[in-house]
Amino acid sequence: MMQSLRWRVGLALFVAVLGAIYLLPTLSGVRNSPLSAVLPDSTINLGLDLQGGMHLTLGVDMDKALENNLSRRGRDLRDEAREKGLVILRPTVTKANTLEFVLTKAEQQGELETLIKENYTSLAIQQSVALPDGRVRYVLGMTPAARGYYEAMTLDQAVKTIRNRIDQFGVAEPDIRPQRDDHRIIIQLPGLKERERAIEILGKTAHLEFKLVRDDADPEKARLGMVPGAEFAILKDKLPNGVEREIPIVLEKDVVMTGEYVEEATTGFDNMNRPVVLMRFDPTGARLFDKVTGENVNRRLAIVLDGVVYSAPNINERISGGRASISGSFSVEEARDLAIVLRAGALPAPVHILEERSVGPSLGQESIDKGVTAAMLGGAAVCVFMAIYYGMAGMVANMCLFFNIYLILGGMAAFGATLTLPGIAGIILTLGMAVDANVLIFERIREELRRGLTPRAALNEGFSRATLTIVDANLTTVIAAVILYQFGTGPIRGFAVTLTLGILASMFTAVFVSRIMMDFWVSKRPDACKSI
Amino acid sequence: MGLSFFKQEPKIDFVGARFICLGLSALLLLVGLASLALKGGPRYGIDFAGGLMIQAKFEKAPDVEAIKKVLDSLGLPGLVVQSFGQEGDNEVLIRSGQTELTTDAVKTQIDQALAGLDNAHEVQRVEMVGPKVGADLRNKAMEAMFYAVLLISMYISGRFEQRWWAAGAMAGGLMATVYVFHQFGIPTGGLTVLLIAVSMVLCLYLKLNYALGAVVALVHDVIITIGIFSLLDKEFDLTTIAALLTIIGYSLNDTIIVFDRIRENLKAMKGEPLATVINKSANQTLSRTILTSGTTLLVVACLYFFGGGVIHDFALALLVGIGVGTYSSIFIAAAILLALKPKADAPTEQPA
Repeated sequence: MMQSLRWRVGLALFVAVLGAIYLLPTLSGVRNSPLSAVLPDSTINLGLDLQGGMHLTLGVDMDKALENNLSRRGRDLRDEAREKGLVILRPTVTKANTLEFVLTKAEQQGELETLIKENYTSLAIQQSVALPDGRVRYVLGMTPAARGYYEAMTLDQAVKTIRNRIDQFGVAEPDIRPQRDDHRIIIQLPGLKERERAIEILGKTAHLEFKLVRDDADPEKARLGMVPGAEFAILKDKLPNGVEREIPIVLEKDVVMTGEYVEEATTGFDNMNRPVVLMRFDPTGARLFDKVTGENVNRRLAIVLDGVVYSAPNINERISGGRASISGSFSVEEARDLAIVLRAGALPAPVHILEERSVGPSLGQESIDKGVTAAMLGGAAVCVFMAIYYGMAGMVANMCLFFNIYLILGGMAAFGATLTLPGIAGIILTLGMAVDANVLIFERIREELRRGLTPRAALNEGFSRATLTIVDANLTTVIAAVILYQFGTGPIRGFAVTLTLGILASMFTAVFVSRIMMDFWVSKRPDACKSI
Repeated sequence: MGLSFFKQEPKIDFVGARFICLGLSALLLLVGLASLALKGGPRYGIDFAGGLMIQAKFEKAPDVEAIKKVLDSLGLPGLVVQSFGQEGDNEVLIRSGQTELTTDAVKTQIDQALAGLDNAHEVQRVEMVGPKVGADLRNKAMEAMFYAVLLISMYISGRFEQRWWAAGAMAGGLMATVYVFHQFGIPTGGLTVLLIAVSMVLCLYLKLNYALGAVVALVHDVIITIGIFSLLDKEFDLTTIAALLTIIGYSLNDTIIVFDRIRENLKAMKGEPLATVINKSANQTLSRTILTSGTTLLVVACLYFFGGGVIHDFALALLVGIGVGTYSSIFIAAAILLALKPKADAPTEQPA
């Protein structure tokens, strides 16, 4: 008896020490002390609902991404075909995400199809219709494999860009994860205070394009789509006196250069002391910029960001060295944010905010305070009741209760789990449910005593019979909690974790630890059990 | 030195009271379902319906009517303004249905509108759920409820009747049903209801009596809780679902303890009528039931009264569900068991 008691006490102490080892790093005093070197790194994290912060679900506009990709391929195909003497007209992207164009000479069909097969493996010819005038209309679609690959790549790139932008923002421990199935990105930004700015920066596509200006064309005609190869746009300009104005402008449809070559972006001021964004291109970009400016001296080059023309300066001379600047109608703050998004790179496709949950830091603190108050009061009420109802045995149950909470917290720290407001509720609920196992055992012991068993026999019988019931009864709650974890998000998962840990801990404390205490007690005072 | 509710084992005739209780349950179920039907289904919170919610704290006690008047001009669809939390918190919830605008634009508009109120405010919480995410969350919640019921009834069948093959057959049957009806594109909500019905029929057919009793009891508890939520005009969101799953777990926990004792007593009291065995078992476990439900309700009540506004509805669901769950494990689950007569060799009882 005493022999087995010894190893059981040993095991209980071992678990207690293990709990302490995992729980200590969570205390800030310990974390900053030399002791932290030998302790594990994982701590209990506070959920966004407790420390304040932001949860965002972004949807990546995959249709738009595919459309961009197809249109770029269309341009490439046209250029490449031209080099081989094949003439292709108007490659356009349809709503169904296919690429359509017309080949002017039917006899070149074979040559064109070889070109597509050899150089454009991701495209498949879906349809080729011979038109009465000797031309052939083609419909090309992306192969499913290429599409899947492209979608995955787009999502990855979007995640990378967003991570870059958030890094510039300086959030302590951001969590960014892609959801591949539905092209979503889930972002958690704990402790973030500037929610508007975050949304602004994350949502900007930052698709930077350089397009030549068609000063000879009439903007009104371009607006009606009557100027081939050109498009209508609005130039936003801010006068030095702060008045904003919108100037109609005509741009060539073709993009001469995109923002993908931007290597660095900073803010500065132009000679009129207006904030500007200064960009430096990478070597390829520098070469391209040199060529474009050299070929188009005395024309105007529009700088288009997400469809808005910011400025359209005149190219006075060839610009070498790979530097450019965007001036225009923005404040210092806006220029800084623009530099951030350019530095971090463009999103491969527009993103939309599908879900947002932000909690201010003051509400988080209030939630903690209220949760702790509720837990204290609930715990105290249960303890007082158990002590009155079961006397000494009730005190044993109370000690188990404390040990239980301690183990929940230790377990949470060990798994690096997140404590959320529903999680606190889970702990509180466990307080009530944890005594259940003890009550089952005690009531059983009382029954056995009433049947006339000796205290020690009643104790044995009570524990062994109640244990099976306890396991049965608690497993169903664990099943429910595991399912909650599987299907839940954020705070709900926190609840599932505390509930599961709470039940597992309560089974251990009630069946194992309380048995030790009761055995110890009965061995000192054989009749003590009668007073349960 | 300890106290006890009962010096002797109580002799309450639970089985005799079962028709009154079944009537009471039927009444509660009907009232709840009627309320749901009249209101056109459960009132979804923004988690499921999509929409925008802003929680703002004011310096002085806010005048909800004045705030509503100020915000009305913004033309937000389905605008609701209500005070939130306890008195003295000076908090209001501003809600709007699905909008095409981004949260940012709406929030800025609301901020500007409230700024004219001569009552400084601070936005504490912003939640926006788009319609697509809302539908996804709704489906996920339904799936969670379904899998909980499925796994738990499998566990009980296997564990209580040692008939894991029957449990497996049931799982197979349910999976097949899911597959077939999925092809027809039945929405997940309808599917869940259907599946729970199918699982009950399967339990009945496979004579998984304990599982059926437990499942009926937990469906009873969940529907009554949903009905009471509907009567009180409370909203359903993710935390309500968490509460419902917890109630399922708790309801079963309670039921299993009574069932365990019935099983034990069936062996010990061979020859006694089933009604007597059930009565004795319920009486033997009664003080435990009162005690644990009591302590659990005690702490959940603390959560309800002191836990703060954000957790209020969650605590309410638990309070109702745990109360109903305790009652159903004695009166409903056992009554079902009696009607089904587990064990073919159990003697038929005298009419009660």
